[in-house]
Amino acid sequence: MRQLNEILEECSVQAFDLQFNKARSWKQESDGRVLVGYLPIYFPREIVHALNGLAVGILGTGDRKQIIKGDAYYQSYICHLPRGIVEMALDSSLLEFDGFIFPAICDCIRNLSGMFKLADKGKFQRYFDYPQNFNPTIGGRFYRHEIQKIIDDIQSINGATLDFEKLNHSIGLFNKNRQLIEEIYNIRQEYPWRLSAVDTYHILRAGLVIPVEEHNKILEDVIAHLHEERGEPVDNIRVVITGSFCEQPPVGLIKSIEMAGCYIVDDDYMLGSRWIQGDVPDNTDDPLGALVNAFLTQSTFSSAIYDIDNSKGRKLVERVKSRNAEGVIFSAASFCDPALLDRPDLQKVCDASGIPNINFQYHENTGQFKVIKEQAGTFSDSIKLWA
Amino acid sequence: MANPREAIKEDSMILQKEMLANLFKELGNTKETGKKVVYTFVPGNLTELILSFDMLPVYPEINALQSGMRKKSAAYIREAEKLGFSEDVCTYVKCDIGMMLNGNIGPTGESIPPPDLLLLSYTGCFTFMKWFENLERLYPGVPIAMLHTPYQEDGQITSDQVEYMVKQLKEEVIPKMEMVAGKKLDMQRLSNMMSKSAEAEDLLVKILETAKNKPSPIDAYFAGVYYIGPIFTAFRGTDEAVNYYKELYKEVEQRLKLGLGPITPEGELKEEKFRLVVEGPPNWTNFREFWKIFYDMGAVIVASSYTKVGGVYDLGFRHNPNEPLESLAKYCMGCYTNMNLPQRVNFLADYIKDYQADGFLINSIKSCNSFSAGQLMMMREIEKRMEVPVGFIESDLVDPRYFSYANIKNRLESYFQMLEQRKIIMTQEAETA
Ligand code: SF4
Ligand code: SF4
Repeated sequence: MRQLNEILEECSVQAFDLQFNKARSWKQESDGRVLVGYLPIYFPREIVHALNGLAVGILGTGDRKQIIKGDAYYQSYICHLPRGIVEMALDSSLLEFDGFIFPAICDCIRNLSGMFKLADKGKFQRYFDYPQNFNPTIGGRFYRHEIQKIIDDIQSINGATLDFEKLNHSIGLFNKNRQLIEEIYNIRQEYPWRLSAVDTYHILRAGLVIPVEEHNKILEDVIAHLHEERGEPVDNIRVVITGSFCEQPPVGLIKSIEMAGCYIVDDDYMLGSRWIQGDVPDNTDDPLGALVNAFLTQSTFSSAIYDIDNSKGRKLVERVKSRNAEGVIFSAASFCDPALLDRPDLQKVCDASGIPNINFQYHENTGQFKVIKEQAGTFSDSIKLWA
Repeated sequence: MANPREAIKEDSMILQKEMLANLFKELGNTKETGKKVVYTFVPGNLTELILSFDMLPVYPEINALQSGMRKKSAAYIREAEKLGFSEDVCTYVKCDIGMMLNGNIGPTGESIPPPDLLLLSYTGCFTFMKWFENLERLYPGVPIAMLHTPYQEDGQITSDQVEYMVKQLKEEVIPKMEMVAGKKLDMQRLSNMMSKSAEAEDLLVKILETAKNKPSPIDAYFAGVYYIGPIFTAFRGTDEAVNYYKELYKEVEQRLKLGLGPITPEGELKEEKFRLVVEGPPNWTNFREFWKIFYDMGAVIVASSYTKVGGVYDLGFRHNPNEPLESLAKYCMGCYTNMNLPQRVNFLADYIKDYQADGFLINSIKSCNSFSAGQLMMMREIEKRMEVPVGFIESDLVDPRYFSYANIKNRLESYFQMLEQRKIIMTQEAETA
């Protein structure tokens, strides 16, 4: 087993490899392999995996790339994420991608799908409409058609067949992936000092750009290390971060929160990797149906999903309680309508449940964290003082 | 400073004003009449369905835009921001919520009754869903019906998508409406209303297409927003709407016959110097000033995308009495902002050609990602394909903080100079050819 530091170093590199070298070399290793880029939040990667493909999460450029051309495509009042993606599309970063999937989470991502169409990037560009109806015979049917379109797209490129054994196998691998991720969160819940929030972030983000088999191995090794004591507990409060599911905060911001006295015991940074709660059955003769059903009945709460009868507020409070957290930090990208329009109500629900909370906004390339650090520090102090 | 001139009004405008006054009166009387009130959105509205149940529709975006025109929006937006809504989000939502917190007073000064049903049938914009999730919490206990409209991601409406929508209508939306209305859906009545919708839609298209003439007898953006009023809102499917469009068409035909330009609040436009296609919604807080800049420059908007947010009838869609539910589904999916970007570009490029426009202008709205995200690329595409001068200005729908008159005027003046120069060059080229 590799040393933890070595694994962490590798993950920190992979997480921000904006040339996607690992994915590219994976594609070159064998004929018939396809690379499919997908944007936040969730896409059932199992499908691509079973079709001899690698689904690669494209989360923007963060603060790792200077945006020159991308800015010319967006007005100042639009979030930052799509600028970086356009920048990547205009240089060589996405050249070897065969297709792109744009999940239905907001109008920016939706219209970005059209921009990729206009620019003719990749062999297909699919807006992936999540159903907002959760009845299996209505929304379920529709969702199945949406997935089928992507299956057809990939098959038209590599001619791969999709049989239920292959798909069941892929489902099993991603079940494992989610189990291992949850295990890391569970360990961190008990011993948050053993793995910093930034390291956790790198480990999960790396999983978006490498094959799931390799990621599972990394997660297993990390877990083995985490069973050993490491680091020193400090007198931090325990918080849940919410609102950062799409445009990602700069790593410096995550670090600042922790340094200001907050252990991040749960978050929605890599929400797509944790979207399905629990396992998807991996031994049926209709694995596609199992994935559809998992979306309808096992999705986590999210600003992208219609939540009447399934309140996000209630689920957030449950999450805070189950993680034994003391407060919530609402941390959303500027100009992110989905996150920011949810915030007032979620804050109200937290207030009503006596959960202290603060909020701030960021850009993925925010360079100054002083104010946020002070805010988080005051928040932490006030909880310590009054708890 | 001298008072602005009283705005010139056409008969059809007076007629529309009466129709709206009657609607708000009816809304004010619901306690006595027991009529149920349905809040819903303009793009993807199911007006005929609502009216077929004898319920009354309320459109929060219309309330917001009217608050903007009545200069009330700034205070409403502030109110919502105090509640925790970010400065960054759609100002229609904030304006509506602020208005609600201030007694929900409508444009006629009467209070708009609370909803008996929140009908979340929406298209082309994600924020609508977030908006009603918020309203649902502000009106606890009010039933909410959701109709999810798939996006035309592939540039077409497929049978799977229609099936998905019809199933939602049949199994979820209509039963909820029946429950609130206390009666069953009368399909025949709905179908009859669809015939009237189609009749009004035919007339609207004829009216909008008169702008293909030179000079254009109408302004298809600033005046266009009045023209679409009845059909985009509470009157589609009614005799009143058909009568309104007959009256409007008569007026427009008359102006066409006489070779007259559009009527504006400042008077008739005497000389049509520039013909433009405009993309994006207008600003409402300074609507008249905004329009006047174009009037002063002799610019007529001959076609606009905003007047298609509640239905793109000039592409041929009509509500169909023979398939009422299917046509509601197709209607929802066909609205302008539910078209993908390549479709939108083609659509606008065709307008430039068919309406012989001299230029293409975008009014980019700070609030509205649905329209604004991608507009700069659309602009480049159109410039490349159509070789017409393109212009770009920025404002907001109802937040006056984002309407800078001086800035917009400067930009437009430079843009019109560019159009002028191009005209001179083209005339010279034509003469030497
Ligand atoms: S950050 Fe928000 S607004 Fe921007 S693309 Fe992501 S979800 Fe959409
Ligand atoms: S984002 Fe645009 S389309 Fe959506 S509600 Fe706001 S103004 Fe309307």
